[in-house]
Amino acid sequence: MIPALATLLVFQLMGEALVRSLSVPVPGPVVGMALLLLALVLRPATLQAIRPTTQTLLQHLSLLFVPAGVGVMLHLQRLGDEALAIGVALVVSTLVGLASAALTMVWLMKRGALGSSPPSQPPVDGGAP
Amino acid sequence: MTPGLPLAGDAVGRLTDVWVYLSASPLLGLTITLLVYHGAFLVYQRSGLHPLANPVALSVITLCALLWVTNTPYATYFEGAQFVHFLLGPATVALAAPLFEQMARLKRLWLPMLGALVVGTLSATVTAIGVAWALGASKETIASLAPKSVTAPVAMGIAEKIGGLPTLTAVLVVCTGILGAASARYVFDALRIQDPSVRGFALGTAAHGIGTARAFLVNPESGAFAGLAMGLCALFSAVALPLVAGFLLRWI
Repeated sequence: MIPALATLLVFQLMGEALVRSLSVPVPGPVVGMALLLLALVLRPATLQAIRPTTQTLLQHLSLLFVPAGVGVMLHLQRLGDEALAIGVALVVSTLVGLASAALTMVWLMKRGALGSSPPSQPPVDGGAP
Repeated sequence: MTPGLPLAGDAVGRLTDVWVYLSASPLLGLTITLLVYHGAFLVYQRSGLHPLANPVALSVITLCALLWVTNTPYATYFEGAQFVHFLLGPATVALAAPLFEQMARLKRLWLPMLGALVVGTLSATVTAIGVAWALGASKETIASLAPKSVTAPVAMGIAEKIGGLPTLTAVLVVCTGILGAASARYVFDALRIQDPSVRGFALGTAAHGIGTARAFLVNPESGAFAGLAMGLCALFSAVALPLVAGFLLRWI
């Protein structure tokens, strides 16, 4: 667990250092993720060493958002004053985001399938339930 | 202290001392966060992972109530809770592991995913800005809303850049995650989308880490795609959102 945690921190650190030194507007941990992915591609054996720790961490990803969420206390005044606008904007844009991402992906997958593989077979007589 | 009750007065005094010490040390904030989350998670499991019993929502409500009752300022609580908050960074890095395991499928689906990412992220941002503007929200609030579908640390950075309030953005990010995780099943079922990779990717695009957490619990394949979407969304948004949102905000 400790080597795995250290690995994650080292990659986060490399990500942060890279982002700061190149002053690109991307978050350090995301670059760290990309670097770790690259490392896994180059040395797949690394996966076995870090897998249990990454699994535990990701299974409880929700917990990590709790402290930021409790920050709602600081903004009750504003949230109360603009409750309608904020509430409707949150609900509508979240639903639009979910639906538009899913529909776009399904549409592009269907188009890709049409382009690269022969048209789907007509159903065979008999065997089908 | 009344002379008749030296022992009781002493005990109360000692209890006050203990409380003064504990309320100032990070131990209490950290412990209470873990305990409350554990309790909320048990409720979530008891409910059969019902999307409306989201453990983040339950924990936040319970913790706010506790802080309000004990009159504890958020800053004091955060002294302890920051250790949990810090783990968001390593957890983001850890997403590389499930991504690597899904490499073969990811390679095959890169174009549909890229399209879903760009369309999903931009449509969520533009509708958030548009609806909030139409309903008369202040410019600061709109700027804080714009990056709300992106994972917390990135969203806070974007908000700061376009004139929003980073701490308000953090709250809105969490709200979005809870809303997305709670509503995703109904949205996808209504659209007749069954493919776990699509459900996961859309959830990660629209509801970042909280959506990803939900996806991992329901289906590991969805989880990997959600994690990928969350990572790509953070990369794409960090570059594109300051430009798009900044442009729209100039017209408001």
